[in-house]
Parts: sequence; C-alpha cells; structure tokens
Amino acid sequence: MAKFIDYLQDAKVCGTKCKECGSLQFPPRAHCTRCLATNIEWKELSGDCTLITFTKVDAAPSAFIEQAPYLLALAELTEGPKVFAWIDRRLSEENIAIGMKLKLKTSKLSNGNVSYVLTQPDVT
Amino acid sequence: MGYLVHRLRVGIVGIGQTKFGKLSDSSSRELVADAFKEALADAGLARKDISTLIVCSGTHYDKQRSPAGIMAEYLGVNPTPTFHVEAACASSGVGVRVGWSMIQAGLHDIVAVVGFQKMMELDAAEVQDVMSRSGDVMWESPFGPTMPAYYAMHARAHMKRYGTTEEQLALVSVKNHKYGAKNPYAMFQKELTVEDVLKSRVVASPLKLYDCCANADGATCVILAREKLARKFTDAPVWVAGLGLASSPMSLTSRSEFASFQCTVQAARQAYKMAKVTAHDLDVAEVHDSFTSAEIVNYEDLGFCRRGDGGKMIQDGQTHIGGKIPVNVDGGLLAKGHPVGATGAAHIIAIAKQLRNEAGQNQVPKAKIGLAHNIGGIGMYAVCTVLRAS
Repeated sequence: MAKFIDYLQDAKVCGTKCKECGSLQFPPRAHCTRCLATNIEWKELSGDCTLITFTKVDAAPSAFIEQAPYLLALAELTEGPKVFAWIDRRLSEENIAIGMKLKLKTSKLSNGNVSYVLTQPDVT
Repeated sequence: MGYLVHRLRVGIVGIGQTKFGKLSDSSSRELVADAFKEALADAGLARKDISTLIVCSGTHYDKQRSPAGIMAEYLGVNPTPTFHVEAACASSGVGVRVGWSMIQAGLHDIVAVVGFQKMMELDAAEVQDVMSRSGDVMWESPFGPTMPAYYAMHARAHMKRYGTTEEQLALVSVKNHKYGAKNPYAMFQKELTVEDVLKSRVVASPLKLYDCCANADGATCVILAREKLARKFTDAPVWVAGLGLASSPMSLTSRSEFASFQCTVQAARQAYKMAKVTAHDLDVAEVHDSFTSAEIVNYEDLGFCRRGDGGKMIQDGQTHIGGKIPVNVDGGLLAKGHPVGATGAAHIIAIAKQLRNEAGQNQVPKAKIGLAHNIGGIGMYAVCTVLRAS
C-alpha cells in the first residue's frame, strides 16, 4: 500500500502483474487473483478506460457531506481491470454517459492526500 | 453444486414479529423478546423446548459485541446453545438455513432463529456510514459510496442495456406501498403515486427517495422443528422445501455483470432444484426490494420473466395479486421498512402467512408454494428459501 501511494506521488496509477501467470490486477494485490502466486510486480496502468456505470451521490455518508454531490463511477481499463473512483468535478452528470472514454489520472485531494480520478481524456 | 441426500423434513412451526418502524421505546433485546414470545405462542411451545437459539443481525448499528449473549440471557434460555449469524441484509435468511442444517444434522430438534436491528437511533448520514462499509473499505469507501449509490450504479447499467425506465422503477414502489397500506406491521401504511416517486428528491441518481427502502427498527422470529415434532405442534406446518445460498464479489471492480446479481441466479437455481420446482410453480414471492431497481432485476434473476423484461413485468401488473406471480404483496422492504437483521426472517414469515392462508387483505388465493429471497449487502450474498404448504 505504501508503494502504491509512492507511485501516486510520482503521478503513476499502478496495478500489479503476476510474474507467474501474467495476469494484471487493479486494485493491486499481494496474491494473484488467478493463481494466488505472490511473485508480483508493479505495473503502471495506461489510464485509458471506458465508463461502465455511474451515479451522482446526493445523500452522502457523514464524512463526505461537504463534498456532495459527487459522481461515482466504475470504468474498465483497456488492459482489462476495472477502477472504482470519482469522476472529475469539472464533468457534470449531463455530460457523461455509459460507454464514453475516460482517462484515469492521479489527483490531489483538498486535504493534501494523493488519490486517483476519472477524467476526460483531453482535460489536463 | 451438489447436495447431500437429506432425509428429514423441517417445518416452520412458529412465526413472530414486531411492527417495523421507529420504535424508540424498545431496546433491541425487548424487540427480540416480543418477536420470540409471539413465535412461541404461535407454535404452542415454551422457552425450555427451544434447543438452540440463532441470533441474526447486521453489525455496527449498535455497540453490543456478540449480541447472541445478551439475547439468550434476556430471553432466559441459558444454557441453551446460542450464536450469531451475520450476512448483512440476508442475516436471518441465512440463519434459517443454519437452523435447518442443525436439525438435519441431528444436533437439535427445535431451533429458534431471531433477527433484529435497531437503526433509528442513528441519523441518516450515520446509517450511510455503516452501510457504505458493506463495500470494500480499502478501495471503495475512500470515495464515499453509499448503499443507494451501489444499487444506483447497477440500476443504471440495467436501464442502459434493457431500456428500463424511471417510471417502471416507480411502479414497483407504487405496488409495494399499495399492499403495505394494508399491512399493520408496515412502517408506511400509505399509498403512493408514480408522480410522488418521480418527484421525490434524488438520493443517488437515478434512485430517488421513494425508490429506496427506509431504515427501521424491528425484530422477527422463526421457529423450525423436525418433521415428527412439527406435526405434533401444528396440523399444518409450512415445510422448508428448498434452500439456496451463493456469493458474488463484494467489490464492483471484481464483478463482470451489473444488470444482474449473479449470486441470486445461483441461489435460486439451488433452491428450485432442491424443492423440485421451477419459477413457474411459485404462487407468491418475497424478493429483496431494498431498491425498486433491485426488485426488477430480481424478477429476471429469479426466472419470473426473461432477461430484460423486468421493467415490462411491473408495467403489465404481472407482480400484483392476480398477476403471473404476486411479489412483495405485504409491502416489501419499500413499505415495511428494512431493519437489516430482521428482514430475512420477515420475508420467510410473510410467505409462511400466505401458505397458512393468514395474510389477511393481502392473501394470494390458494397459495401453496412460495419463495423468500434476500440479498446481503450490495449483492455479495443471496439466500433463497422455497416454502411449501402442508
């Protein structure tokens, strides 16, 4: 987990790749999903993905009330794994649709922590 | 998936439940005692007859660890064996499965399964906090998901693929409130219109307030007995004919299907096979309608209609009394309220009442075979129970 955050600090969103069977995973895992091997390496993700589904959360848990409403999404990377994350605040619900292309990028939260976000491919 | 041969029949000999809603005057143990007492009276049993007590609830709604301890003490059944079963919203549905298994194994003759939850002491955001931890706390909770948000994401996938509409979702709420209005145990005993649902505030798009079930306090109890004893206590026990339980990945990132809950498909297949029935043989069903969209998806996953036809099924009125298969005609979670740990047994109680011809104004004529179905969490557990009238 610490390593994952280090990569985020370097503006890289990484998954894990099993050196035994070659399977790529996100979120990162110490045990391969397919063969449970622990011979794993970090692998930077392309970030290119397609929106599978989304929602706009209006009624938020107590820790997120100040951020609400926010867009939660599930997207599929071109290399296979799926990502659960926020959609960039610059995008509004009216402008997003299932099947659209998105880019997974690192982001900085208001509290200074690093995270990752789904954004429009041409927005930097 | 295979089954061992089972020889015994297990019957439901007692049912009891509290009203669901905001029950500020009663603590969890008191609610459980009310349901337990009612079930004992229904079965004509005394406390000493109970050979094990299975206590079911969701965790983190209150401070009590290991709640079976305090429940067994309060009910005065020590030294009877007792333990806790947790499977989120499916807890007491799974509890009945565990009780059935213990009777099959010959460990116990008469098992009481109690389910409870007290949720109304927390405010809405605090309940969202607890519920959102039913998702992956490492990789999803940091983004502030909620139970409605998870279901909304599945709903939107279904709408996109099959053209299911918000009006069709609303019709589920209208149906369930229509029947809830005639159920004295329901939290909301008031009818709603499609417009009421569509105009209610958005909780997590496309789900609005009346697409969502309400948090509630409540307790339920089901008493199971092996065949010989069951026949002694009642002339007409309701028989447990089929059981199914399956799981799906908890995280959305590990799922491959969003317009269906795969665990439901698996659990239903097991339960139908064991009961030697198909979905077409069912006279009545209680399905997990924590959200209107979930009920529509359940129609398809449980085989009530073809894949993608769930929206049409409610639109055509096929799940009202008089339709192809009446569903949630006691009001469902949408009208009854959803005290998480009590819900599974509540579904089983509703079907037992139908099969005993005791469902009052919501009785389905000549109901002989019924299904109770629960989903735990965001579709990670599904439990199905097929019941048969004597």
